[in-house]
This record gives sequence, C-alpha cells and structure tokens, in this order.
Amino acid sequence: MKFLVCISNVPDTTTKITFTPDNKEFNKAGVQFVINPWDEYALTRAIELKEVQGSGTVTVLNVGEADTEPNIRKALAIGADDAIRVNAYPKDAFFVAQQIASIAKDGGYDVILMGKESIDYNGFQVHGMVGELLGIPTVAPAMKLDMSGNTATLEREIEGGKEIVEVNTPFVASCQQPMCEPRIPNMRGIMTARTKPLKVVEPTGDASRTQVTEYQLPPKKQGVKLIPAESAGDLIKLLRNEAKVI
Amino acid sequence: MSVLVVVECDKGEVKKSSLEVASYGSQVAQLLGTTATAVAVGEASEASLAQLGEQGISKVLYDAEPRLKDFVNGAYTKLIAAAAQQEDAKVLVLANSNVGASVGSRLAVRLQASLATNVVELPKNDGGQFTVKRGAFSGKAFAEVVLTGDRKIIAVKKNSIEAQHEAGKNATVESFSAQLSDVDFADAPKQVVLQDQAGGILLPEADKVVSGGRGMKGPENWGLIEDLAKALGAATACSKPVSDVDWRPHHEHVGQTGITVSPNLYIACGISGAIQHLAGVNSSKVIVVINKDPEAPFFKAADYGIVGDVFDVLPKLTQAVKELN
Repeated sequence: MKFLVCISNVPDTTTKITFTPDNKEFNKAGVQFVINPWDEYALTRAIELKEVQGSGTVTVLNVGEADTEPNIRKALAIGADDAIRVNAYPKDAFFVAQQIASIAKDGGYDVILMGKESIDYNGFQVHGMVGELLGIPTVAPAMKLDMSGNTATLEREIEGGKEIVEVNTPFVASCQQPMCEPRIPNMRGIMTARTKPLKVVEPTGDASRTQVTEYQLPPKKQGVKLIPAESAGDLIKLLRNEAKVI
Repeated sequence: MSVLVVVECDKGEVKKSSLEVASYGSQVAQLLGTTATAVAVGEASEASLAQLGEQGISKVLYDAEPRLKDFVNGAYTKLIAAAAQQEDAKVLVLANSNVGASVGSRLAVRLQASLATNVVELPKNDGGQFTVKRGAFSGKAFAEVVLTGDRKIIAVKKNSIEAQHEAGKNATVESFSAQLSDVDFADAPKQVVLQDQAGGILLPEADKVVSGGRGMKGPENWGLIEDLAKALGAATACSKPVSDVDWRPHHEHVGQTGITVSPNLYIACGISGAIQHLAGVNSSKVIVVINKDPEAPFFKAADYGIVGDVFDVLPKLTQAVKELN
C-alpha cells in the first residue's frame, strides 16, 4: 500500500504571533517552525499501518520553499521512506491542493493523509479540495483509521458524535487526535533520514483563488476585574448585570 | 443571481449555528441587492424550515431522501452544487462546522469558487473587491482575505454573528431533488455514535462553556464543573493535559490542537493558560478565570478573575447561579 502524507511547515505552537510593519506578512524573525501538529497524527498513523501490513511505502509531501527541508527530514527521521517537496510558496489552499492532487495522480497513491488543518491558516480546506480534484472520497476529520485489504474503516467526528465510515482506496483522510500517539525521531531515524531520497519538483501552474491583504491582532483585553474568593457569588451578579452573558 | 445558504438540521430542527448562517446569508444578499435561498441538509421538519423566513430567507429547498439524514460528504456536495446551479448562486454561505467546511472545500473545486472558512464578520464589497475577515493562527490573529473567484463560498464561525429574528415571517419550502444515486452515498456512514453530552449541550454549539484543567486534580472532581455547567446551561470542556491523561474525553479538549470555541462566556477552572490553550478560547466574548495562582498567565487574558481554590469557589458559583434562577 502506498501512503502519501502531506505536511505543512508551521510556527511552533508557543509562538507569539507578530506581523511585518505593513501587516501583510507573518513575521518569521526568531520563530521556530515545526511539522504541523495535526499532520503528525497523519504521519505516525501511516507509518503504523505500513508496519502492521509489513509492506508498502510512506511518502512525505510538502509544498514549500527550501527552508521547510529540516522538517521534511524530521518526517523522514520519524519513519517515512522518501519525500517530495514542491518548490513553491503555498499561496492558498487551492494552490496547495492542486499540487498535492497532481503528485497523487502521477504517483498512484492508495491513501492520502494529512492533518485536519494547519495551525497557522486554519483552513480545513485542502483535504476536501484534493478529494474533489481526484474524484475520490474525503473523510474529514478522522479520529481513527484502520485498514483491511483495500478497505478502510474510519471514525469521522461530527458535531455531537462520530460516524463510522468505510471507504475503499484510493481516498483522502484528514487526521486529528486521538488517532495515534505522534512519534518523535530516535537517533537511528535521524541518521538514516540523511540518506533517504528527497525529490524537489516544480509546481504545476500558479492558480490561487484567495489573497490575504492584511493581518490583524485581536484587540487587547481591558484588564481583569478580580473578585475576592470569599464573595465568589458576586461574580455571577456581575456576569448577569454588567457583562450580560447569563 | 442569488445567495445560497446551507442550513444544517438535526432531529427536525435547524441548528443554532445555521440560524446564524441564515442571518448572515440574508445580510449578504441585501449587500448584493438580491435574495437569499436556503438548501437544507439533515433531518428537517417543514415547519422549522418555513421559520427560516424569520432570518430573512425567502425560499428553502429540501430533499427528503432518507439517506441524507446523516452527513454524507459526496451526496451533500452534489445536492448543494445542484441547488447552487439551479439558483445561479454567486455566494454560498455555510457554517464553519465539520459538515460545512468539509462540503465547502469540495464545492469550491466543483463550482470553481473561492473559499474562506472561519469567517467572523460580514463581507465588504468595495469596488468589486469582495473581502472577508477570518480567524488565523488558531485564534491568535485575523486575516483580511479577498475572494478573487466569480463564485464565493463563506464558512461562518459559530457565535461570531447574532442570528436576526423577525417574528412571523415565513419562507416557502420547496421539495428539491438532485437525482442522487448509490455512487453518491459511497462514503455514507455505517453507523452514527452520539456522545454522551453533559446536559445535552454540544461544545462546538455552546453559548457558555465551563472548562477544567489540571488544577481539578482528578476526574473524580469533575462533578464540580458539571454542577456549574448544568446550573448555567453550559457545555463542559477541558485543557489538553486533562484529555491526554484521559480524565476527560478528547472531544472536550479545547485549544490550538483541540476544538476552538468562541462562546459568550468561557469559565476556566484550574487552567494556567498556556499559549496553546488561549489560542483556542481567546475569541470568547467574556473569559472568567479561577485559579489559586495569582501569577497564572490566563489572568492576563481574562475579563473577570477569582484568585482562589476551585474546590471552594465552584460550589459558591453554582449556588449563586441557582439563587439567581
């Protein structure tokens, strides 16, 4: 079975978000980039399934410029077999989805996995677009994925519960917890990752359908109003009479 | 040309987030000088659909095919695309729910449309430039996004717009068929399992949320959280460490890598306020923090705070709510 796992390069979850002075771009200065945490579920589960099956390959795909390669190597160190980088700045979800669909089509992958969204742009879009571009089912967001032959059984989160879904390969799934326990690379993995193939390809077209014109930070809070613990009940009165939320 | 609103229904009723979406769609239609039609998915009663007139919807399309009761990505996409074609919809509005966003991304390809999810305000249409404001960086920022395609799809974040209500207005309900076949139901669920909800309130839909962290010391103490939530009519939630150690189920985990919520009231009990947790809750209208550590970073993000032991404070709050009711 051939797995394709798509990963994004995102600011570390502890990053304090700031923008360039014209507010047009995220300020990368001093920021550490990591594999998108949601994508780690996809990566680890693909590796686990390959191990269970005892055969197959896990290919990591990233749409990004050369500065994403340390995280691609990290994915290889975690256990992916090879990697592809589409050499382009990821303009928007549609642009990225087109690149993934193009690679997936040419590579004949059975299962395409990714995180449910990236923690920077929070689109929750790419998986559905890839599924539609390829004309195959998308299961999003998936909390569990098991394979039996060419049939996958997934648990998809819905508001208020979950759906148990069965689909045949090929399909796309976006992943979230509690699918698996994401792995961290061990020393052997780090050493072998250096020699694993990382292919760089140029993008297919440049179509995008959205454009960010400005970023903004949320308005600053006015400051906390403290209520003494002894008279905690007064808080409830304030929430009703002052904040008007109960 | 019209605006098409996708309305999600459950057990015969229109979901709260879909009432917001219907209002949003009606206001977009006004902005563009056209009318708003809805297409309903899920299990809907005709009476509840007709009531969407109160949110400014003129007509509702409904396919009563029984297999559409539960979410089926392929079938929902085909149904909504057919409705969009019939109505010549230039703007589609959906809830930023797992259903809305899942279908929205497939529709964006099928209808060759621009898609913006997580949208928090009404769009601006200045000089032909259609701009929406959306949450980004897990709630730590916002982005102004121009939708450059001829068709636009907007997924509206819950609780970011108040549902308008004009009593007594009715929408026309029309039956609609997208000629769905078995192929469209290839990803139909084999089984639907509903979660056990405290007080029956779904966290993503909740107007009020009471959330607990490691300061609650163990799952056996969650009764205190549940008591306050029940008194307030709130949903319960938790921080990541709590769900990681299985004190609470994963579907209650709020934060950057969990559920992002934006209720009117978020009460954080024994949660220190790590940046990843704040990212998931900081678009809440009012934040209350209860923590015995006065240096807990969460107090900086709070509107109201109590420095004290959650085990003393929570029963007092529950009692005060009961007295108020």
